[in-house]
Amino acid sequence: MSVVFVLVFAAIIMAGAFLVAFIWSVKNGQYEDTYTPSVRMLFDDPPVKIAEGGEQRAEGETSKEDIASEERNPKHETRNS
Amino acid sequence: MSEELKCIHCGNSCGKSPVIFEGNSFCCSGCSTVFQILHTNDLKQYYHIEPMQGIRIEDEEKPANETYAFLDLDKFKTKILTFSEGDFLKVSFFIPEIHCASCIWLLENLHSLNPGIIQSVVNFPKKEINITFRESEISLRKLVELLVSIHYIPEISQHSIDKPSTDKSDKKLFIKIGIAAFSFMNAMIYHFPQYLPGHEFLEADIRRMFGWLSVALAIPALTFSASDYFLTAYKSLKKGIISIDLPIALGLIMLFAQSLVEIISGKGIGYIDSLTGLVFFMLIGRWYQSKTYQALSFERDYKTYFPLAVTQITETGNQTIALEDLKAGDRILVRNQEIVPADSILISEMANIDYSFVTGESMPVAKTAGDFVFAGGRQIGNAIELTIEKEVQQSYLTQLWNQAENPFTADNKLKTIINRVSQYFTIVVVLIAITSGIFWHFNRPEIALFAFTSVLIIACPCALALTVPFTFGSTMRQFGRKGFYLKNTAVIEHLYKVDTVVFDKTGTITNAQLSDIRFIGKELSAEQLQMLKSLMFHSSHPLSKTIYNSIEAEELLEVSDFQEIHSLGISGKINGMKLNIGSKYFVSGGKQESENLKTEVWVYLNDSVAGYFQLENEYRSGLGELIQKLRKKHELHLLTGDNDAEKTNLVRFFGTEKNLHFNQTPTDKLNYIRNLQQRGKKVLMIGDGLNDAGALNESNVGIVVADNVFNFSPACDAILRSDKFASLDKYLRFTRRSIKIVYTGFLISFMYNLVGLSFAVQGNLTPIVAAILMPISSVSVVVFASFSVSLSAKGFKF
Repeated sequence: MSVVFVLVFAAIIMAGAFLVAFIWSVKNGQYEDTYTPSVRMLFDDPPVKIAEGGEQRAEGETSKEDIASEERNPKHETRNS
Repeated sequence: MSEELKCIHCGNSCGKSPVIFEGNSFCCSGCSTVFQILHTNDLKQYYHIEPMQGIRIEDEEKPANETYAFLDLDKFKTKILTFSEGDFLKVSFFIPEIHCASCIWLLENLHSLNPGIIQSVVNFPKKEINITFRESEISLRKLVELLVSIHYIPEISQHSIDKPSTDKSDKKLFIKIGIAAFSFMNAMIYHFPQYLPGHEFLEADIRRMFGWLSVALAIPALTFSASDYFLTAYKSLKKGIISIDLPIALGLIMLFAQSLVEIISGKGIGYIDSLTGLVFFMLIGRWYQSKTYQALSFERDYKTYFPLAVTQITETGNQTIALEDLKAGDRILVRNQEIVPADSILISEMANIDYSFVTGESMPVAKTAGDFVFAGGRQIGNAIELTIEKEVQQSYLTQLWNQAENPFTADNKLKTIINRVSQYFTIVVVLIAITSGIFWHFNRPEIALFAFTSVLIIACPCALALTVPFTFGSTMRQFGRKGFYLKNTAVIEHLYKVDTVVFDKTGTITNAQLSDIRFIGKELSAEQLQMLKSLMFHSSHPLSKTIYNSIEAEELLEVSDFQEIHSLGISGKINGMKLNIGSKYFVSGGKQESENLKTEVWVYLNDSVAGYFQLENEYRSGLGELIQKLRKKHELHLLTGDNDAEKTNLVRFFGTEKNLHFNQTPTDKLNYIRNLQQRGKKVLMIGDGLNDAGALNESNVGIVVADNVFNFSPACDAILRSDKFASLDKYLRFTRRSIKIVYTGFLISFMYNLVGLSFAVQGNLTPIVAAILMPISSVSVVVFASFSVSLSAKGFKF
């Protein structure tokens, strides 16, 4: 029956990982707006004017997104200059 | 038919003279301008996602260029920006007009309009937009002006800056629920084997491990997730009050203590699954109750309404100055559509002040030089100069706010149903626990303590505590679906207790717009009407627009020599014939004063005065029946700032003139409510303007009637959509139903408690009984409450 010990701890670690993921998602603000993303995903790509169309950002307002958008800026600038 | 022509931008009827741009028709030049902006920027998709959803701005005259000049000042910039680092700035605006998928699409594609905008993200439920932009390419002021140019006007006020983020508590509750759920689910896994036949063969090691793991799980659930219950129980006990949280806290502690004893002694595994389950269910109830309308604000005061800055006139020229720095004696400039921020005296010759937000009166008031202008009026027409008489804080309206600190809400909180019930409940339960403990002490001393704790455990009023959140939460949602928005669930209980209803007149029981229009004088021919309509087409005065819309005529005639004389009227020539429309003084040269106190628009035609249009506020439809119905159970009062010209009409509605009060100042209204309350009345005040703000705040329940619930409304407990005004009695009646459902829910939970207690007093409460009984009682109460509310709502037809 000692296998039960292993299983129980494996289970609690997995569940714990999900709990951590949940807490992260809450702190990340994913529950602040549960409606807009559902509309946003149905929109077409941004107007064709944008050359690097493939780089359209995914929905969500995570902090990573902000970094990503800042990374995109140099290109943005070259396009406009 | 040409009459069916609808504006491509906003979907309104284009009327008889649409504005045409590139083969598309628009109702006004404002709509067409937005279309042009979007058209030239390849954003025409806006009109395809959801057609005709654009925003129309009633007054086509754009706000003056300088309106947002204050955004260039660092003082305001730092306050408004949520984040700034070097060139990168972030800002968040509340835009009440956000209403459809097209709005989201356009606002998230703002970068197409200006490359300086890096990212814009809309939060639809909150009607909020978060924008990241580069200052080197677009300044904050330009950004706001860009939003204004496409008719998405952000709300920028003192209030929106001061407002602390409310999300924090919400997030914490989510995390609490998550942890409670985690503990609950895992504890169930460990406990489940114990409930199956053959559990006695389980190895002692495994049982011990399960036991200690459950204890480990219970600790965060108890100390973090359930911490609020212990805190409030302690706080209210210190004040000598037994709140519902006390028996809950007691039950939780007993559950944990009993489990600990069993696990340490190796007798069993305890009740941790029930414990964590209880915490989880109660937190769900709390969350359900706290879900309110994110985009609606019930806390607005004058700060929301007043601008952040005004233009001060100094010897060195005009400068933008913060509202709080404004001193008595300062000279200020107020432009078209701007608000007079403090009580002041008019220097300019003429002003047209619109007090609709203050009094609910839709027609602007003409003022002449030297007149006193109260804070809160909106100037319509040319820019005016004023001298400040009193500082913002000392102005009449703001003072009204400051004195209206409501002492009543705080002490009423303690008298809620649930707390009344829980007082008796707690005492009875503790008595039963002690009695059974004493009984067993003399008969079988070994189970005396167990019986005592079992009673406290099983009586933990989880189901009782869930009844109110779920019944009231569902009721609030039902109301919200029908256009009646409550600030929180506590309002339902106050509504139930209301026995006196006080109405405001203008804008509340009458329509906000003047809509009862009659022409008094010589009868006008169709051709003459056509001429009048043609002339009024050129005027932007609200009265002209109202009359313009009421006249039916095929085509507009050409007008020459058009002149708009400020505060007086308009004139022009049609087919060589001179027309004057405006005040009596302007048209006939007679005295401005009129015996008749109704709004009049005089007409001069064919070299003679033809007569005048009389405009009256129309009473809201259904008012008569509403008053008939309300009268049966409530005492009705009417308070109005107007004179008693309408007295006979009102007496017809109210049946008596006893409780009708005219010429009431805002302070009178407030004191009147106070008086009623001192006589023991539970007062419902229903109003609309800032002048009702004091009374709304003072009353037990303050309801604001609004045409657009997202627009400005004074602080209140509930907002009622104006088309649902006639249903007010139904909402009141429904609260009675809700209270009945609450009591039935109490009854159900008492039954479960009775069953549980019968086990507990005998000392037979095993973990399995607790594990079955407690969740079932909670779930059945929740299901009962939600279902019976939505079923009753169907029968009510609001």
